[in-house]
Amino acid sequence: MIPNEPKITPELVAGHGLKPDEYERFRALIGREPSFTELGIVSAMWNEHCSYKSSKVHLRTLPTKAPWVIQGPGENAGVIDIGDGLACVFKMESHNHPSFIEPYQGAATGVGGILRDVFTMGARPIACLNSLRFGSPNHPRTKSLVAGVVAGIGGYGNSFGVPTVGGSVGFHSRYDGNILVNAMAVGIAEKDRIFYAKATGIGRPVVYLGSKTGRDGIHGATMASAGFGDNSEEKRPTVQVGDPFSEKLLLEACLQIMRSGCVIAIQDMGAAGLTCSAVEMGAKGDLGVDLNLDSVPTREEGMSAYEMMLSESQERMLMVLKPEKEKEAEAIFRKWGLDFAVVGKTTSTKRFIVRHGGDVMADLPIKELGDEAPEYQRPFAEPNKQPALDAASIPSPVSTLQALERLIASPDLCSKRWVWQQYDHLILGNTVQRPGGDAAVIRVGEGPKALAMTTDVTPRYCEADPYEGGKQAVAETWRNLTAVGARPLAVTDNLNFGNPERPEIMGQFVHCVRGIGDACRALDFPVVSGNVSLYNETNGRAILPTPTIGGVGLLDDLSKSVNLAFKRSGEAILLIGEIGGWLGQSSFLATILGREEGAPPPVDLAAEKRTGDLIRSLIGERLLTATHDLSDGGLLVAIAEMAIAAGIGAALEAPPIGVPAHAFWFGEDQARYVVTAAVVDLPKIETMCAKAGAKVRHLGRTGGSQLTLPGEHPILVSTLQARHESWLPEYMGSPA
Amino acid sequence: MKSAVIVFPGSNRERDVARAIAVVVGTKPDMVWHADRELPAGTDLVVLPGGFSYGDYLRCGAIAARAPIMAAVRAHAQKGGLVLGICNGFQILCEAGLLPGVLMRNARLKFICREVFLRVERSDTPFSRRYNAGDVIRVPVAHGEGNYIADADTITRLEGEGRILFRYTSPEGELDPAWNYNGATNAIAGILSENLNVLGLMPHPENHVDPIVGPVDGRGFFESIKSALEAA
Repeated sequence: MIPNEPKITPELVAGHGLKPDEYERFRALIGREPSFTELGIVSAMWNEHCSYKSSKVHLRTLPTKAPWVIQGPGENAGVIDIGDGLACVFKMESHNHPSFIEPYQGAATGVGGILRDVFTMGARPIACLNSLRFGSPNHPRTKSLVAGVVAGIGGYGNSFGVPTVGGSVGFHSRYDGNILVNAMAVGIAEKDRIFYAKATGIGRPVVYLGSKTGRDGIHGATMASAGFGDNSEEKRPTVQVGDPFSEKLLLEACLQIMRSGCVIAIQDMGAAGLTCSAVEMGAKGDLGVDLNLDSVPTREEGMSAYEMMLSESQERMLMVLKPEKEKEAEAIFRKWGLDFAVVGKTTSTKRFIVRHGGDVMADLPIKELGDEAPEYQRPFAEPNKQPALDAASIPSPVSTLQALERLIASPDLCSKRWVWQQYDHLILGNTVQRPGGDAAVIRVGEGPKALAMTTDVTPRYCEADPYEGGKQAVAETWRNLTAVGARPLAVTDNLNFGNPERPEIMGQFVHCVRGIGDACRALDFPVVSGNVSLYNETNGRAILPTPTIGGVGLLDDLSKSVNLAFKRSGEAILLIGEIGGWLGQSSFLATILGREEGAPPPVDLAAEKRTGDLIRSLIGERLLTATHDLSDGGLLVAIAEMAIAAGIGAALEAPPIGVPAHAFWFGEDQARYVVTAAVVDLPKIETMCAKAGAKVRHLGRTGGSQLTLPGEHPILVSTLQARHESWLPEYMGSPA
Repeated sequence: MKSAVIVFPGSNRERDVARAIAVVVGTKPDMVWHADRELPAGTDLVVLPGGFSYGDYLRCGAIAARAPIMAAVRAHAQKGGLVLGICNGFQILCEAGLLPGVLMRNARLKFICREVFLRVERSDTPFSRRYNAGDVIRVPVAHGEGNYIADADTITRLEGEGRILFRYTSPEGELDPAWNYNGATNAIAGILSENLNVLGLMPHPENHVDPIVGPVDGRGFFESIKSALEAA
């Protein structure tokens, strides 16, 4: 081992994000002072981003199994069985810190990273989604962050050639100093041809594939494991630069090499690059890995072992190949113009050895690097839950329809066309339901099967009551899949929180995870992959707790899928579910009255299940012509969205006696849907609802060119549409 | 009808157009690698598909235009064979000199993916014989650089020779800057070579051939090519 240059000092250790006790633990583990390269390696393996040291103990409580789950958390992505010999592979991951520092590249490489996670497992990506949270529209940086992030997501996905079909965009001052960029990818693989990271066999070649290694992204994972101060700009060099062209080549080459039967194990180089991928392949297979960095293709001269081990250059893969197939694999990679280099071999020693220029730069026990990472049972505080608000105490607006007009033109509820028009959402020719609906629907192969997918979370609910908020995020995801006629199958979760060393933040985390777990169990909706992003705060101010849920569901016959647009005049508009009237934490309260108060709507999971299963049966019987889940903004916003999507109006009846009108129209009670149906089908629908124990309420009839409410001046659908479409283009200063 | 789809590194709509041809015409095209030097014997139609060839990090299509296969594509065009360039394929045809002009960054400086309305300017070409002149069809676009520009003389010539096949219009077929999303000169969406056998267009008719995923206005485009080849 070469002598240390620089010397290992407490400052150097702290600069690597390791706490003194963590460093001592590592020293004790290896029985000596680590080399500089080893310090870099352990800092990469033991940071929050890679080790999940604060979250692991809670994540273990989530339900991860079901008969259709092929692979749960712990691999590059989750895998579920969708029948006919096919599997759906999906995952969501955050790229929050890099996107705040450098929005275009941060968001672009977030998309690149999640796509690699999916095709590393042998799947061809079929769709991307994302969930974005920005600061207040009034914050001076927000506009440029929106422009940069959206361009970056589009720039990567459009060029790579995968449709970006869904997601959500929200604004809140609590994200002023720390935006969220959560990207999800979904792919399809043959069920018996899934590839894993676990290496097998001794003396097998470890092969480096893809782009060359440069000095970009060094310490990216460590950066992502700390809060921001005022100097976040200075961290720009830790952000990687994306190259979707190389990734597209890497996809085609990897899928070809997999089909040819060359691959034993494969792991993409994401966070902590070569270090993390090599250690995982060895540790999962109970093998050692001996790397020779002299063979690593580099972009620049004179890179040190330390730099190579910590580089987060993009579009790179590590594989263990069948020795007899090495030449064949190399020919495939050369055809696609990609680097191919044997950089090491598997060994029986369970040591992770890194050689460079004839010296041993690191010699570490491979299992312990992963398994012996610190794990914390961090103290957490019980959340300060807000009390429920009495709807009658909340002032009602002068005009319900004017309030509607303001709501649908508000930053959170307005049309996001300006965003998704910058994403190619049609490529591959399978987009059955396009962005703007409850969930995207993507045909599988030549059909008739299709997958539905969506991302959801309501952060202000999670802030007011983390447990109910966690439940609600899962329930809304489940409802959105149900509303297009899909059977919800599984979720990926992307848990974005502040600093877990603060008990109140840890309390939010723990309770959100409990809520997610309870909802997933009740709805038979297991978690198969996910990502945790902590330390989302600036100068000690945390983001709203934001556990984004990405859900996937299956349609056996896509011709039965419904969307939210009214279809024709003279149809009945029905509310299925309770009448409700819950205004606490509602969009109405926040947008119209400027108050974020009260408890969020509670989620009755049994009612969710009952109502959702009913909706799916009604869709299956082709009795519904349009379906929309009720969430942000409540009943009237949902009806307006259905009218706007169709350009067809509606005549609505007066609200029931005993519920304040504004609570009826804008309450955000859960487990509810608005549907339309032909009048002749009403008796059948009512019978089925009665049998399922779900309430039905007639809201009115579709038709005309305006929305009418008794006692109010009607509003033209075209006016609503113009208002709905105008906010984002006006804010961004450019048309959609 | 025998067709060949050229695959460049970074092409990404090659499967879309191959599927559209298979669905509408009934025969699957050959996929031809950019590094090949010959087209499959008997090729009737060559398609340069959409995508980001070589990442489009240089001018769009500039590197692909110099790929080994392009000599064979040029020879095919010179013999009067049909060549169709869609989106990145249009950019490549311009860079290769098979069509005049160039595709600049969209006027609004953003990538745009949406349905547009195209007016079919003439029906007596191999790519449009199943439409009527003046028909308005609905097809999607998905590009960042589709703003067609050429010098004034070239535009005058294209207009004079009737070589503009598609224009961006309102749903009623009216010219209106609000419907010309990328800001193309004279709302040009697609142009023909002098002999009408080479067509470049920015929109993607191949994504509108299947009622499951949207309107089917793009079918006529591929039916036209088939019927032209059968008539020849």
